[in-house]
Amino acid sequence: MEKKEIIVQQEILGTNKKIALEIRKKLELRGVLVVNFLSSPGSGKTSLLERIAEMLRPGHSMAVIEGDIETERDAERIRRKGVQAWQITTGGACHLEAKMVGKLLPQIPETTEFLFIENVGNLVCPASYDLGESLRCVLLSAPEGDDKPKKYPKAFSTADCLIITKADLFPVLPFNVEQAKKEALEINPRLRVFITSALKGEGIQEVVQYFLDCRKELIQRHA
Amino acid sequence: MHELSIVASLFEILEEKVREQKATKVVLVKLQVGKLAGVVPEFLETAFNTYKEGTLAAEALLEIEDIPPTIKCQKCRTEFTSENFVFLCPSCGSAEIKILAGTELLLEKIELEV
Repeated sequence: MEKKEIIVQQEILGTNKKIALEIRKKLELRGVLVVNFLSSPGSGKTSLLERIAEMLRPGHSMAVIEGDIETERDAERIRRKGVQAWQITTGGACHLEAKMVGKLLPQIPETTEFLFIENVGNLVCPASYDLGESLRCVLLSAPEGDDKPKKYPKAFSTADCLIITKADLFPVLPFNVEQAKKEALEINPRLRVFITSALKGEGIQEVVQYFLDCRKELIQRHA
Repeated sequence: MHELSIVASLFEILEEKVREQKATKVVLVKLQVGKLAGVVPEFLETAFNTYKEGTLAAEALLEIEDIPPTIKCQKCRTEFTSENFVFLCPSCGSAEIKILAGTELLLEKIELEV
């Protein structure tokens, strides 16, 4: 019996990263902007997507991948808006992985311009998994509190944009929006910040415009 | 708590190495885990010790090297460290930084019995 030391120097999540890179390359070349939504459960990801669908769909094509531990509920909500949606149920896993998205790729219609991925509600684990997105959005709802960015820094540090949701509740909550923005920007000065209310429609147009601009930029980059 | 998923990915690499080397046993697994990797080393260890049962790594020892963050200011080139994800240069206050180290989640080396 002989002992042998092997220097590996390999990223443990290297396989996920590799699949994610392939997804990104393939979809960007097709002109699809893939957006990965991260947040705690109940912060309003599905409601935001419903509003985005109402605003985006008249002129653009979008598709949605819903990640949840159990149930088809979110995909059904999105389908009711006339949008093609696939539900991934992880059966307990706290995050989506690139290979789960990869499996659905053959089903994404050629005409798709925007692919929104709603990750499993969790502000910790999804942050470590690249899904092949071109844009990562983290949501923070007013009832969660303005102290969350520094408590869950990884999600905020890896995101491109922060969408503060449920702004209609500002008047009845001790949520300090400036404080939340300040904390988030200290962790990640590159963050674009939006303030929205899916209930009242506030800020949705700005978010949609941002996605349209990002897609335009993506197409130019690959032209 | 995605440490179990990470350990599952780690074992995919281990299995591949064991096959390549025609090994009979994994003796040591050494990882490098950055402080900014979003992973709890203690949970990683628990997950590893649960997962390894009944595998060729059942008796393997897990060593985790913590990697402290190294941040470099892109304006004044100062190198500094920060463990709270706030990366403002302590010399010039700039937020234009580059993370040089601290986000790794790396299988550094293994020891096998062949």
